[in-house]
Amino acid sequence: MAVFDLILGLLLVVLVWKSLSVSDLFGAVISFMAFGLLMAVAWVRLEAPDIALAEAAIGSGLTGALLFSTLGRLPHSEARQPVVSRTVRNGPGYWMTTGFWWVLAILLSIAFLFSLLDLQTPGLGGLLQERLPESGVLNPVTAVLLNFRSLDTVMEIAVLLLAVVVAWSMGTVVWPVKRTLPSPLLPGFVRLLTPFFLLVSFSLLWRGSHAPGGAFPSGAVLAAAGILLLLAGKTTRICPRFMFWLRWILAVGLLVFVFAGVSLMVAGYGFLVYPEQWAGALILLIEVSAGVSIGAMLMALYIGGEPDIHSA
Amino acid sequence: MTAFYLILAGVILAMAFHALMTRPNLLRKLMALNIFTSAVFLFLVTLARMAEPLDPIPHAMVLTGIVVTVSTTAVGLALLVRLYRRSGSLTLQSTDDD
Repeated sequence: MAVFDLILGLLLVVLVWKSLSVSDLFGAVISFMAFGLLMAVAWVRLEAPDIALAEAAIGSGLTGALLFSTLGRLPHSEARQPVVSRTVRNGPGYWMTTGFWWVLAILLSIAFLFSLLDLQTPGLGGLLQERLPESGVLNPVTAVLLNFRSLDTVMEIAVLLLAVVVAWSMGTVVWPVKRTLPSPLLPGFVRLLTPFFLLVSFSLLWRGSHAPGGAFPSGAVLAAAGILLLLAGKTTRICPRFMFWLRWILAVGLLVFVFAGVSLMVAGYGFLVYPEQWAGALILLIEVSAGVSIGAMLMALYIGGEPDIHSA
Repeated sequence: MTAFYLILAGVILAMAFHALMTRPNLLRKLMALNIFTSAVFLFLVTLARMAEPLDPIPHAMVLTGIVVTVSTTAVGLALLVRLYRRSGSLTLQSTDDD
């Protein structure tokens, strides 16, 4: 298997080089997405299936969709134009800057390699295994995310919501209109696929308690289904009532999380310190609301601004 | 095997850092930032793999990190589109620099 790792590593380095140096931005984004997918394989090799799922769905899939939708908003020439032609490739200034950063990058990697010499590995795995029955779930990663370190996850959802708020505050975008595509292939295909997307999303959510999965991959699959529906021209008309509910859906994950934490505090436990008999049920409630919210937030980020209700 | 992945993380880290600092195009910088975080995650997960037994806590940290990276990227891209509409350029350099 060492050969497999070697080839994987080589491919990763080549794809990084391509996505950072290929002059055409469109090609660079493609290499970037391929890099993300191969990283998912690397996560599996390193026995981290939870991260593999998240990387394939969020790290590669949704980031790729975001990059493509940005490229789509730029004029065609900008996306396909060689970027190199814009920079001055000669003169002492150019070589000094590039040389400086090359030296710094090499020094950085040397320092990094030296730090590997006396590396201390974290050793909380045994402790976690011991306390796992108290957490209410069987998957150790979910136990850390939603019980032992749930404060981190509250903050993570808050960061995601903040990103949506920032994107919305930078102006409105035209909501994609309902349209019939020239070819019936994509809408028909999407119609077939959507139930499967919902099924996979739900199953990932449900599996999260005992196997790799959980709210984040599940939300990402939900968002992917929504984006595909938009691309196939199947949207709903937006009206003030729709926007009202959309805002609630975006916020419900964080609200349920914080509400659960505060009510536990009132009941005499700490913030998000679950009593053992309630832990499983509380985690499920939080995961379901967080999954729905995450799906909506990722889709809102893809749309890239507050939907303009007057445009529809 | 883990040593190989640690070195790989270092190589990708250096490449992404160099690109982050030298590429003028902001979209490229955002991609470099994403790759940079991937390298850091690779380092963390390899450490988790080296622990005996396997330590899932870095895994949870990396999952949080992936979501935060997506949020950062999305905000960066929204700013980038806004910048392009204002200045017609994807870089922060003014044209009379060169």
